[in-house]
Amino acid sequence: MNVTKGTSAPQKREGTPGAGNYAIEMLGITKVFPGVVANDQVTLRVRENEIHAILGENGAGKSTLMSILFGLYDPDGGTIKVKGQEVRIKDPNEATALGIGMVHQHFKLVRNYSVTENIILGMEPRRRDGTVDLAGAEKRVAELSERYGLAVDPRAKIESITVGMQQRVEILKILYRSADILIFDEPTAVLTPQEIDELMDILQRLKAEGKTIILITHKLKEIKEAAERCTVLRRGRYIGTVQVADTSEEEMAEMMVGRAVRFKIDKEPARVGDVVLSIESLTVYNAKGYPAVKNLSLDVRAGEVVGLAGVDGNGQSELVQAITGLMPVHAGRILLDGKDITKTSIRERVNAGIGHVPEDRQRHGLVLDFRVDENIVLKTYERQPFSSKRGILSFPAIAKKGKELIEEFDIRAGQGPATKAKNMSGGNQQKVIIAREIDLSPRLLVVAQPTRGLDVGAIEYIHKRIIGERDKGRAVLLVSFELDEIMNLCDRIAAISKGEIVGIVEGDKAEERSIGAMMAGVRSPRKEREIEPNEEAQGGSK
Amino acid sequence: MNSIFGLLPSILMMVAPILIAAIGGMIAERSGVTNIGLEGLMGFGAFGAATFHALLEPTLPGSVWFALVAAMLIGALFSLIHAYAAISLKADQTVSGTGINLLAIGITVFLCQIIFKQERTEPYKLGMMPGPGGVYPTAYIAIVVLLASWYVLYKRPVGLRLRACGEHPAAAASAGIDVKKYRYLAVLASGALAGLAGGCLVLTQTIQYTNMTINGAGFIALAAVSFGRWTPKGVGGASLLFGTAVALAIYMVNIPSMRSLPPEFFSVMPYVITLVTLVIFSGKDYAPKAVGIPYEKGGS
Amino acid sequence: MSAAASGKDGKGGLKAGFLDAFISSDGAISVFVVLLGFLCGTILILAVGRNPGNMYAALLQTLSGYDITRGVWNARYIGEWFTASLPLILCGLSMGFAARTGLFNIGSEGQYIVGLTAAQFVAIYGPQVPGLHWALALLAGALAGALWGGIVGWLKAKYSVSEVVATIMLNYVAYFLSRYLTRLIPEANTYKTQSFPKTALLSDPFLSQLTNGSRLSIGLYVALACCLIYWFIIERTKLGFELRATGFNKEAARCSGIRVTRSITLSMAIAGAFAGLAGVVVALGSFSYGRVLAGQDGYGFTGIAVALVGNNTAGGTLLSGLLFGMLQSAQPLMQSRMIPKEITQIISGLVVVFISLRAGFKMIIEWRAKRIARERRGERDE
Repeated sequence: MNVTKGTSAPQKREGTPGAGNYAIEMLGITKVFPGVVANDQVTLRVRENEIHAILGENGAGKSTLMSILFGLYDPDGGTIKVKGQEVRIKDPNEATALGIGMVHQHFKLVRNYSVTENIILGMEPRRRDGTVDLAGAEKRVAELSERYGLAVDPRAKIESITVGMQQRVEILKILYRSADILIFDEPTAVLTPQEIDELMDILQRLKAEGKTIILITHKLKEIKEAAERCTVLRRGRYIGTVQVADTSEEEMAEMMVGRAVRFKIDKEPARVGDVVLSIESLTVYNAKGYPAVKNLSLDVRAGEVVGLAGVDGNGQSELVQAITGLMPVHAGRILLDGKDITKTSIRERVNAGIGHVPEDRQRHGLVLDFRVDENIVLKTYERQPFSSKRGILSFPAIAKKGKELIEEFDIRAGQGPATKAKNMSGGNQQKVIIAREIDLSPRLLVVAQPTRGLDVGAIEYIHKRIIGERDKGRAVLLVSFELDEIMNLCDRIAAISKGEIVGIVEGDKAEERSIGAMMAGVRSPRKEREIEPNEEAQGGSK
Repeated sequence: MNSIFGLLPSILMMVAPILIAAIGGMIAERSGVTNIGLEGLMGFGAFGAATFHALLEPTLPGSVWFALVAAMLIGALFSLIHAYAAISLKADQTVSGTGINLLAIGITVFLCQIIFKQERTEPYKLGMMPGPGGVYPTAYIAIVVLLASWYVLYKRPVGLRLRACGEHPAAAASAGIDVKKYRYLAVLASGALAGLAGGCLVLTQTIQYTNMTINGAGFIALAAVSFGRWTPKGVGGASLLFGTAVALAIYMVNIPSMRSLPPEFFSVMPYVITLVTLVIFSGKDYAPKAVGIPYEKGGS
Repeated sequence: MSAAASGKDGKGGLKAGFLDAFISSDGAISVFVVLLGFLCGTILILAVGRNPGNMYAALLQTLSGYDITRGVWNARYIGEWFTASLPLILCGLSMGFAARTGLFNIGSEGQYIVGLTAAQFVAIYGPQVPGLHWALALLAGALAGALWGGIVGWLKAKYSVSEVVATIMLNYVAYFLSRYLTRLIPEANTYKTQSFPKTALLSDPFLSQLTNGSRLSIGLYVALACCLIYWFIIERTKLGFELRATGFNKEAARCSGIRVTRSITLSMAIAGAFAGLAGVVVALGSFSYGRVLAGQDGYGFTGIAVALVGNNTAGGTLLSGLLFGMLQSAQPLMQSRMIPKEITQIISGLVVVFISLRAGFKMIIEWRAKRIARERRGERDE
């Protein structure tokens, strides 16, 4: 059990690269947290110079497994071998010394440092007087970038570069430390379809340079595209390893979830009514003073689900905040049932019938320290029967409402309405929010990233509810980064890029490639887009 | 008009302790730890310096300088409490800093009672002597501290890493940096500097330490950190501004045309100026992003 | 509450479970912290060669009126104990109320001063009608404090000005302003004004007699009433709901339509009112003439410790205020027994430092419980 301590120069390690040798072996790994077994006798064998995917639902244990490999946790049982040698990895420094590097899902980049400063942090080249040799570092970064085809601007500050470039900086960080084994944690979650294509190319290039790649993901499509073999985990257990080329997406999904998964939802055709939400030439400035929403127009009618498809950071958040009243509008109007609500307060909009399931459920949706019933009346506590006319709360009424909704929405709350929200799972927390919003009987339901981080069961339930609301005649605006979700649920899909609507397509005629192109800002010529003729009057884009 | 320039040494005398303490506060906050306890740490330093000097003055030449060193050590020692609470035990940093402030008055006067049998230290005969032009050496100390902080923070690897700990500790940790270690260093440095500042203050401005010696200077230093946008240059400028206000308050009384105004007007001016600048220039966006949030290993 | 408390996995788990349960019980922590503070104080006294027994004798005399060395009992000490506790309880309520809304109000010292000053003015210039006079003074003090606190709340809500530094600055402004204004009163010298008319005083002959001539005043009823008001507003009203929501999660409160600016301003105003009342209680209950303040009385700062130990609840603050009141009124007794009176401030400071750890412990527990819940259900919330 020895560990090669860190040096900055890469060393030639034993074992010849080739189909026979394993770069990483994690054998019988067990990791227990109080009350839960995150990894239960998991085995992973990654060959040298292969691209190996680890597939599992959120929380299947893949991130725990990789955190162990990267030295963030100690396993409770099992052994780890790197290039045939048994090792114990106590911290990320030791992992780095062994040539293991991790590209995190949530980039660990200091936003006001430059690309170079982020790359050299912790391993700074020095001049003779001990100061940081920034110029020399910039040169080295340019060299690495050239060699691996990872285009970056060494001097740019992180806060001003694209997400794709940020990811390349993350990759360069570990290449700078001479990593041979690269772990990618959900790398495509934040990328546009074009950037995803670029990433696939980068992976192939890295493989050509002799690197071994482990890809953690729950996206079957990408596994099919990039990986050679795939290990599937479910609820902390090792299910199996398959040859990707010989296995279908359905088969992999079934291994991942444990039962046949229905990808598509059954829904009746929409019965569309009048316009409920009308956005007219809206311009919204973001916190930094730049226009995040530019002259945007969109309509949502009763009885339909309109999806806003786009990559994070293209103005969706600002648009949602403008609609719900959280952000001021710079120009343009918002009309609800024909009434101008552009300047009304948040409470007035709630009372006018706007329901909102926010994208950050813990920050905007719930007061975690409040009980379930208090969270349920968070928007209605002022009304009777929850408050008397003089402003005194009626706890029995609040608890009763809590119980009612817990039953109706099958919310798992250990102590009933008195359960503190922070003690509930993410899926149940989301159910509380959805229950509350639906119970308001809103005219317009704005739903943002509703299934982020949830397991398949919760996702299916929430999708069912959204369609349910649409069938009740509500207008639903769905904002999501998951194209599958949008295509599954929406009657009409609007692609947003850089604050503008690039195109609107009918749900059942939507094609992923063309929407992806629109999300990246490519406007297709008029005749190829599929739009209902009467939509042009209401604010499809040019 | 020559009375204004004549004021310069006095202004520098007032600015120096504020600047030194503010730089200390800036370093701590840049690493991600708020240090509300600057006021108390200055108190500990002032008490230590006054006691040391009072006791050793007769026998030890240059005891002023030893007193300053003692002040630094005492400041660092007590900042260890805050460091341990805030970094290792992940305490609420505002509360533990306030605790230091409360402790300071208590412990220092308590020890005065024990050592000097009164609620203040024995006055010493001669504090620090002013140098050429009437400028106290503390002004030069302050300048050195300012320049040194700039050099270390922006030119040395330790500075790059320390600032990363305050902006994005997870990024620093994933680069192999021991966030706790750097934060400890930063807080200890701020304690030493605050202690030094207290020592400078007491040795140049008065002859003994009482519970009114610091009187808000530590909080003015804190305001200087945020007004100065957490950079050495800004903090230097802010300290200059606030220190000038303090100096003017004391010396304006001597200007005949000002005699008609009540003394409280001058006493309150530095605090009003600080408050007004805080309001006008509240620059929360410039704070280190992770300041005040304890770092958990394994967090993403 | 937390999964860790189930203690399922063996020895480590059981110990962790007990520890977690202990730490989640706020009352137990407060008691523990206070005892720890006293322990440290005792050690400190021993370290400087004095007899800690003297400190405890002084405390005993304060609590019960019984003088151990002379075997004599005098209820006046109990009355003085309560009298010293009243402003501490009120300042504790001040800090606690703001804390429930997520604000750190260390400006209760300044709010206390403006309340005190306003009361002194009403005492001298107000209508000398029995009952009405001191009632007006109470009102004036509460309003003055509310104004002083409200400013801070508004600055924080609208301009994100840190309430920590702003309140400290306002403390000094209040102090100097009070000195200036009080000296303006005709016939005031540099440290006091004329005597107040009897109708302005809060003194109560019944209470005074009950405690053998102590200064216990109507302030007692004021403090008790405020505890009730505090509890009622926070736990039972719409406003309290909004304040608590804002305190726990400002963003979510805002998203739900709660007017956060209004909540924060109102909360600081109410908090200021409590501290202002403390000023009135001292000005008109313990003194019969106006004072030109020659130093900060310190109730505001000790009030911080009171609120922290009382965990920002009405009942807790009441008990905690009594505790610190005991420490304070024992000071002269301690001094006469050769124990420097600053020991009480040291104990207060230690208590605050130790209490800051509670917030840390809670955070650790919650973070662990969240992590566990995440791993178990398998979500990757941020």
